[in-house]
Amino acid sequence: MAESRKKMLLDPLVDNNPITLQVLGICSALAVTSSLQVALVMSLAVTSVVALSNFSISLIRNQIPSSIRIIVQMVIIASLVILVDQILKAYLYEISKTLSVFVGLIITNCIVMGRAEAFAMKNPPIPSLIDGLGNGLGYSLILMLVGFVRELFGSGSLFGVQILQTVNNGGWYVPNGMLLLPPSAFFIIGLIIWAFRTWKPAQVEKREYKIMETEGAH
Amino acid sequence: MLKSNMEPAQNMGLWARFKALPLDSAPRTITVAVVLCLFCSMIVSGAAVMLRPQQELNKALDKKVNILKVAGLYEPGVDVVEAYERVEPRLVDLETGTFTDIADPNTYDQRAAANDPTMSVALDDDPASIKRQAKVASVYLIRNEAGAIERIILPVHGYGLWSTLYGFVALEADGNEVYGLRFYDHAETPGLGAEVDNPRWQAQWPGKKIYGEDGDVRISVAKSAGSGPNAQDYHIDSLSGATLTSRGVDNLIQFWMGERGFKPFLENLKNGDA
Repeated sequence: MAESRKKMLLDPLVDNNPITLQVLGICSALAVTSSLQVALVMSLAVTSVVALSNFSISLIRNQIPSSIRIIVQMVIIASLVILVDQILKAYLYEISKTLSVFVGLIITNCIVMGRAEAFAMKNPPIPSLIDGLGNGLGYSLILMLVGFVRELFGSGSLFGVQILQTVNNGGWYVPNGMLLLPPSAFFIIGLIIWAFRTWKPAQVEKREYKIMETEGAH
Repeated sequence: MLKSNMEPAQNMGLWARFKALPLDSAPRTITVAVVLCLFCSMIVSGAAVMLRPQQELNKALDKKVNILKVAGLYEPGVDVVEAYERVEPRLVDLETGTFTDIADPNTYDQRAAANDPTMSVALDDDPASIKRQAKVASVYLIRNEAGAIERIILPVHGYGLWSTLYGFVALEADGNEVYGLRFYDHAETPGLGAEVDNPRWQAQWPGKKIYGEDGDVRISVAKSAGSGPNAQDYHIDSLSGATLTSRGVDNLIQFWMGERGFKPFLENLKNGDA
């Protein structure tokens, strides 16, 4: 039992990562990773929301009529997100200003509802909580990796501490401005997926089609 | 289960009758939905009400920090409330350029007033692209120990490339020399337009002068200083790679320092008529 719980927690980190394998929750990974501090708070917010929503949905899973189950999940997730947003505004005001709408958009993060529908509806509360934590941590891991690359090479700092002195501040490093723009997160996530699949070839999907060889073509 | 379904309903309690309903029946579905919504709304509204005072405090503190920063009174770790005691918020009627007491300067919200048709005017000629301008503006006076005005802090805003930039201009007591400029809210491109926050760019502002000999706004954000006497005193270098943001900053300075901005007030203040 303990063994399977540990697996439940660690599996979503690499082997079944919600971002790199299931390719869920990409939008927020693009928007909030230009600095590590913001990415960290977003990671914490998403992890707590997915863990708590899994837990509470699992608690009442036997009472949820299947005809309204998606709405019920949304109501619970939305309430938790508002709760997190209010707490951030009260105690981490500076960071909540940078995160702005993206905290609210956790509601639409596919990871949260994906886990509720795929796991919490069918399993008891404690395993659901662990599954939520694991998936939240898997999301966090990718967010931190992307944030690390973007902040280090985009603004020459880590957690706001200057590592590479930028030209604008009289140093030598010319920051790569593209890394501060959302599309760069796409490239980095793509590279991470590539690296993961080279390391664990089991993650490579089967081909769904094969390009036909045409006769006479060279 | 089957047996209980057949029992006469009046012999059962409400809860038992509810339990006996199939999960997907309409009454049970509606009951679950209503109970869940009530429960969630209680949690959400409870959190909102309980955390409101803390959030309001944060907002007010954030504004004070920004005012102190532009006034040069802020250092990390300083007691904001104590430092803010030197700041005197006042309201100014922009048309006449005199102080007014129509509202409490501590709670007056210029941004909200600009959206209120009774408290603002629509602009036809609108260089700063702000559409509506509040009739009354907040200003902040910093007094020295003797009680004389040391610095004047004026709120400014205008459109850059993507967003409206909100900030403060701090002037010396003569109402002409710039002490500093700082934006506290904008969404310009990081690394390009957002370099308006770069201390090295902001360091150009102190010591520059707003008004030329003829009394018109002469300061400009441009690529080169141009010609004329003391041109350097009125010149701020544009941000490289951020032409439109720089133009936005230039426009908002021209507008807010001009006739329809704070110029009448600054003149009155200098003559002691404010």
